[in-house]
Amino acid sequence: MIAFLRELMQPEWMFLRYALLVGALASLSLGVIGTMVVTRRISSLAGASAHAALGGVGVALFLQRVCMWTGFTPMLGAVIGAMAAALLVGVINLCAKEREDTIINVVWALFMSVGLLFLARTPGAIDLQGYLFGNIVLLDRSAIWRTMVLDVVVLAPTVLFYNNILAMSFDATFAELRGIRVKIFYLGLLALTALTIVLLIDVVGIILVIALLTLPAATAGCFTRHLWSMMILSSILSWVFVTAGLLVSSRYEFPAGPMIVVLAGVVYVVGLAVSSRRKAR
Amino acid sequence: MHTSDAIIEIRELTFGYDAGNPVLDSINLTVKRGQSGCIVGPNGGGKSTLLRLLLGLLTPDRGTIRIFGESPAAARLRIGYMPQYHQLDGAFPITALEVVLQGRIRRGFWGWYTAADRAAAMASLEEMGIASLAPRSFAALSGGQRQRVLIARALACEPQLLLLDEPTANIDPGAEEQFYATLNILRRRMTVLTVSHDLGFVNREIDLVICVNRQLTVHQAGAFNAETANAVYHHEVNLIQHDHSCFCSCKHPEECGEGRK
Repeated sequence: MIAFLRELMQPEWMFLRYALLVGALASLSLGVIGTMVVTRRISSLAGASAHAALGGVGVALFLQRVCMWTGFTPMLGAVIGAMAAALLVGVINLCAKEREDTIINVVWALFMSVGLLFLARTPGAIDLQGYLFGNIVLLDRSAIWRTMVLDVVVLAPTVLFYNNILAMSFDATFAELRGIRVKIFYLGLLALTALTIVLLIDVVGIILVIALLTLPAATAGCFTRHLWSMMILSSILSWVFVTAGLLVSSRYEFPAGPMIVVLAGVVYVVGLAVSSRRKAR
Repeated sequence: MHTSDAIIEIRELTFGYDAGNPVLDSINLTVKRGQSGCIVGPNGGGKSTLLRLLLGLLTPDRGTIRIFGESPAAARLRIGYMPQYHQLDGAFPITALEVVLQGRIRRGFWGWYTAADRAAAMASLEEMGIASLAPRSFAALSGGQRQRVLIARALACEPQLLLLDEPTANIDPGAEEQFYATLNILRRRMTVLTVSHDLGFVNREIDLVICVNRQLTVHQAGAFNAETANAVYHHEVNLIQHDHSCFCSCKHPEECGEGRK
């Protein structure tokens, strides 16, 4: 173990140290946003947002390499794609009484397909695998700064408006009747969810990011009776899963994303069994 | 025509979710200060729609609603509303006290609660006889207890008009008696409108029976062949005067009074 830790300090493991640090920092946002996504039951909306990020990446790479818009990075494209999809579904939900699951699936598929079409016309090597399943080698110092900014952007409004968020998550109609701007909070939550998702794509990838967002929160939900304690426990669990997953996968040469998700999934199943046995008594 | 003692005034209101297919058709309703009422009618007759219109969650196609002489949206903060508890997420991580505190939201800066808010929330829980449940998880409460927590939340708003959606659904008979007693105390302080398809509810100390089935008919409670009605309800009742214009087609028209003159 000590030998392993010493090895971790070697320069060639730099990316792993970045990954551990990004994971630890991201756990704060993950716990908070994950709790809201789970309690408000918008995890499939979050899934659409994650996959729509690929649409943004495709368009961004095309613009960068074909149109020579060098400033249009894949990260920027991913943020725009994920946010546009989340807000699009959100606005349609608020304005029209359409079937929500249909809208989500349409947006999900449409954004992803547009991205793939743009990628087909983009020259040069494209690390599609990296976007889909994560690639912690891509992490650098800037990822740490981005995650810190995300934490501030997520945590500040959550602490300031905690009671409003709690009231709205529990009973949106009642909250609206008490004069809370429910729609603005809802769209704000969707935007922050999209941001959190995009910043974690390098760590676990588009396909698994929703698992990382929801599993720790769902596990925490089995053992807490306040929204705030669910957020805190969920953050702690996220940190444990990401850290353990990264260390185990690098030690035994597995991809990090699936390892993190498998750990989180196993603990969730155990947590669910324990809590339902406790309730049955 | 607005009268100063009218709490609710609905004039020629028409509303439909699809054009040409009104759920409520040219209805009129006046509820005066000190009156309490029960909204009854068959499922799909428009009870919930009327409630949502009163809360300003829906906008009438035609006609007007005034509550305290204002639009429903403007009068909202003076209305206490209790939804049906099964509309809410039963597994949500929240305590009974945290639920009731929501009735006090927006009174402090950023929506933070003050000591006065906590005291008011506890007082509402006490009034409903469930102060001991305050720290308990909402998810762990029984149906009747959840219903009471939600009424306590509505009371914490310090409303002048209390709207209760199916308050006796899923409550066991013992708790129902207790609930009626509580309601009678509340009626002295504020106007209480209850939505119910539980027709037994109608027989209590209610001034107006508001029968909704696309049209709306108001029956004043009054003296009316007590023996017949007692036989129908199997216990002492306050009677309901019916007139011939009732369009009510409840599942049990006899109990509702339809056909009995």
